[in-house]
Amino acid sequence: MTASLALGPTPDVPLSRINPCAQILAAVVVSLVLLATLDVVTPAVVVAAELCLLPAAGLTHPRTLLLRTWPLLLGAGTLAVVNLVLGDAGVLGALGIALRVVGLALPGVLLVASTDPVRLADALTVHWRFPPRVAVGSLAALRLVPLLVTEFETVRLARRTRGVEAGRNPVARARLVAGVAFTLLVGAVRRAGRLATAMDARGFDSGIRRTNARGSVLHARDHVFVAAAVVVAAAAVTTSVLAGTWAPLFVGG
Amino acid sequence: MPGHDPGPARVLARGLAVRHASRLAWALTAVDLVVEPGERVLVTGASGAGKSTLFAALAGLLDPEAAEVTGELLVDGRPPHEARDRLGLLMQDPDAQLVMTRAGDDVAFGLENAGLPPAEIWPRVDAALADVGWRHGRDRPTQALSGGEKQRLVLAGALARRPGLLLLDEPTAQLDPPGAELVRDAVARAVVARGTTLLVVDHDAAPWLPLVDRVVEVRDGGLVEHPAGWRPAPRAAGLLLPPAPPPALDPAPRSSIRFPDQWASTSTNGGEGEGSWIRFPDPRPVVLASEGAGFSYRGTTTPALAPTDVALAAGRVTAVTGPNGTGKSTLALLLAGLRAPTTGSVLAADELAVRGERRPHRWRAGDLVTRIGTVFQQPEHQFLTGRLRDELELGPLRSGSGSATARARAEELLERLGLAPFADVNPYTLSGGQQRRLSVATALATAPRVLVLDEPTFGQDAATWRELVTLLAEQRAAGCAVCTVTHDRDLVDVLADASVDLGAAP
Repeated sequence: MTASLALGPTPDVPLSRINPCAQILAAVVVSLVLLATLDVVTPAVVVAAELCLLPAAGLTHPRTLLLRTWPLLLGAGTLAVVNLVLGDAGVLGALGIALRVVGLALPGVLLVASTDPVRLADALTVHWRFPPRVAVGSLAALRLVPLLVTEFETVRLARRTRGVEAGRNPVARARLVAGVAFTLLVGAVRRAGRLATAMDARGFDSGIRRTNARGSVLHARDHVFVAAAVVVAAAAVTTSVLAGTWAPLFVGG
Repeated sequence: MPGHDPGPARVLARGLAVRHASRLAWALTAVDLVVEPGERVLVTGASGAGKSTLFAALAGLLDPEAAEVTGELLVDGRPPHEARDRLGLLMQDPDAQLVMTRAGDDVAFGLENAGLPPAEIWPRVDAALADVGWRHGRDRPTQALSGGEKQRLVLAGALARRPGLLLLDEPTAQLDPPGAELVRDAVARAVVARGTTLLVVDHDAAPWLPLVDRVVEVRDGGLVEHPAGWRPAPRAAGLLLPPAPPPALDPAPRSSIRFPDQWASTSTNGGEGEGSWIRFPDPRPVVLASEGAGFSYRGTTTPALAPTDVALAAGRVTAVTGPNGTGKSTLALLLAGLRAPTTGSVLAADELAVRGERRPHRWRAGDLVTRIGTVFQQPEHQFLTGRLRDELELGPLRSGSGSATARARAEELLERLGLAPFADVNPYTLSGGQQRRLSVATALATAPRVLVLDEPTFGQDAATWRELVTLLAEQRAAGCAVCTVTHDRDLVDVLADASVDLGAAP
């Protein structure tokens, strides 16, 4: 259960060689196209291209893939069904909506699967001048997430030792979870305070311009990757127009 | 800091006093201390004596708006908050000090902050890792490390910045004995390699003695310098405990009390290996026992706890010992009725059964608290209310006592444990030792027949240790069956009537 939350270093996969900034830029390019149209052909082409990248992100096993994407697939499926039943989109329209959601979210799945959070922070601070306060601060906070997961169970058991338990009553259960969450929050805030002290003590955010020991380099392959995303986006639009399904969102047509 | 190395720092305190805002009493008074460059000094003292305040002052962590500081405190001739680039800190909680996912990146963090060019960073990272005896390489994920290894890495991260003064604040308080040993070894290597001025704050003096030049103790009214060759008094010295009730003085065996052999024949899955699990040497009534109880987390192949037999008898203290990873805490959870064993069984005696149900994990929480009291390793995990008084009344109220009874019980415990002055205080604001006493008191509030404790003496000073041991001995004398998971040799020596070593081969 905690496997997907283990925020250790990410295993090296081919897609890891693409700079996180290039991956984000490519995602923005295809997202713009997906957001601009309502048809089914455009997202189908984009999703097909994205699926081709799954092996490069090490997501070849159906189980690992499902583990990472089930909330996304569930959401997309629900949206499609709701639109089919309640809206006037029709089968193709509903399918288009589901594909758009998948197409928008898959780049995120690919990024998370292939990119170490530290490399992402490096890239953001080096290339896009993200403030280290935000980027490195988020890294430090991310480390604490798996700890929260294990502590949740401990605190729940600790409540039982005090005579507090929900039983079968759903309202009591919700209150118990809220109580446990509050205890965790108090603990997390205190620990975050101590972490901030420790980071201060090592000179974090002291006014000196921070350097980056690992660095982050943009290679030719990163430019090729973004260019490929542009090509995919263009191909999607062209196919859609040629098929006669192109339905732009912002042009009154 | 880059480039030149100003060497070890000198610390000077003259008439230093600190008072926290909103408190009347001074946390620290009349502190005079001179630490020459390269000297190693241990600062010891009881919990609440002001050690942490002194540490915060030295580290420049006191917020001028939240604390009133008088007197003089200088690190290399500068006030501590201006000399922070000369400091290296190591504090208690390893998880609140690591930033990065890989070991090398974490050590590099402080050098990046100092603006060092990358080409200079990595040689210094490697040197710092070597100086603390790190053997795992730069790419080791920080997440899967043991507590001791994490602390060792934090120390390397501090050393990489070439501090003139290393400040260690109870760096082993949250570690088991092997982890603590690892950290002291790393500190020893580091100070030998670097010659850094060292100040260690710890209530447990003995293990640091080979490493330091002198020992000072924080007391009310100032620092006391201990003479060379000083040793702390053993914490169990002169401790007079109420003895375990002898079997002869037992109330006459009632029909509801079953002895182990009779029990085996009545247990639900009796028959197999009959009587073989009976370890308890003397004829005391067993109130709770595990029979081949083991536990595996779902989806794992190696069990968290191998099948284990333990019998907890009234008026006896049973210690559960063994190295980390053998499932001591898991056994405590099973005995406490918090988890169901995945193999074997945990059964209470008939007299504790709830409507015929003898498996504690099946009991409702309200029934559980009057039968089995549990004390977790981290007191804060168990606190539920905003006042000590409410905290102590909660258990009795939950188990159906009237509010008058609950209040009387809370008053009695507050008085007994010396917590009465804090009756209306938030439990989170108590000191570590006070929190520990409160968490034991909350378990006792419902007068359970069984008491299960996980490392109750962890990180406690000598005074709290003696209080806890006395309290547990009193419970034993009153006929309570006490089970404690512990690494603490002294606790086992003075208190345990029986002990179960999970590390020993079956």
